[in-house]
Amino acid sequence: MKRVKRRYLAVQLESQKLPTEREFIDAVWAAVTKLYGEVGASLTGLALINFNIESKVAVVRVSLAALDMVRASLASITHIAGGDAAVHVLSVSGTLKALYSNAK
Amino acid sequence: MTRAFADLHLRVNPKDPQAAQQLITKAEKFGYRMISIPFTTGIHPDELATLKSMCTEVGVDFVSRADFHPRTENDLTHFLRKFRRKFEVICISCDDKDVARQAAKDRRVDLLNFFSLDYHKRFFDRAEAELASSSLAALEVDVKPLLILEGPPRVRLLTSLRREVAIAREFKVPIVVSSGVGEERFMRSPRDMASLSYLLGLDEALALDSVSTNPLAIVMRNREKLSARFVAPGISVVKEGEAS
Repeated sequence: MKRVKRRYLAVQLESQKLPTEREFIDAVWAAVTKLYGEVGASLTGLALINFNIESKVAVVRVSLAALDMVRASLASITHIAGGDAAVHVLSVSGTLKALYSNAK
Repeated sequence: MTRAFADLHLRVNPKDPQAAQQLITKAEKFGYRMISIPFTTGIHPDELATLKSMCTEVGVDFVSRADFHPRTENDLTHFLRKFRRKFEVICISCDDKDVARQAAKDRRVDLLNFFSLDYHKRFFDRAEAELASSSLAALEVDVKPLLILEGPPRVRLLTSLRREVAIAREFKVPIVVSSGVGEERFMRSPRDMASLSYLLGLDEALALDSVSTNPLAIVMRNREKLSARFVAPGISVVKEGEAS
């Protein structure tokens, strides 16, 4: 079976309330599902890798084929856990190592 | 070479300097090199100067822009005659077919904006695109409705926008993607705006052009035209000779 190529996205959360990890990833899933439906969302391979509550920076993993879909969905987020919010993509990388070294 | 990004449609009231300051600071943080806050009720030199100085302070280039929503074709020509030489960018909001056609024909119009969510009031069809491609007008798409709307209204808007963008590409009409927002929470970075353009059927290069190359080209062209050295397209005064 062909290996699935993935991308890691570092995203900055901007929100009034501080959401939990669960609320954050649920909001991302909801945005993807709203824009692309359940079949589209199932193709994204979305997973939360890390969520730093202090800096409000999260790392999510997506499949390369669905990168544009996920980026559009992230940009369309306006609410998380009942509060106004926005999610901005800081960087995209093929490996976690490169993502973290770029962030430094 | 790094791209310079522009957001030509920050919809903040120019009379509210505090709100304007917030948006300008945020725009700079996001990496925009050029922004524009439209004037809708004529030119106010003091407000313009305030906005320009705010932008200069944070290192962003301010573009003067006028938005107009004409009721008739005469309204449109009257407005253009009065304001074309006072603003760097002129945007015409169209929800009337005759006005939309006239605006697409007129070389003094830079941007055509179809703000209505009603499918029947969006007139960017093949005829409109053909007129726009022979003049210099570009199609402006605001992303704000895509962020605010949900469910069927957003689906209908996306359908209209995808159709319009496809027509614009077919007739080589430049597409300018702007935010159209007046609140900080709806502001997005240029790359995120390009990601939203992906929803309209633009590929990565075209999406990035729509927030960088296309708006910048309009501003540069108009700045050249408004400069004192401009004579005609391609002709400008390089050096003034002495009268013998």
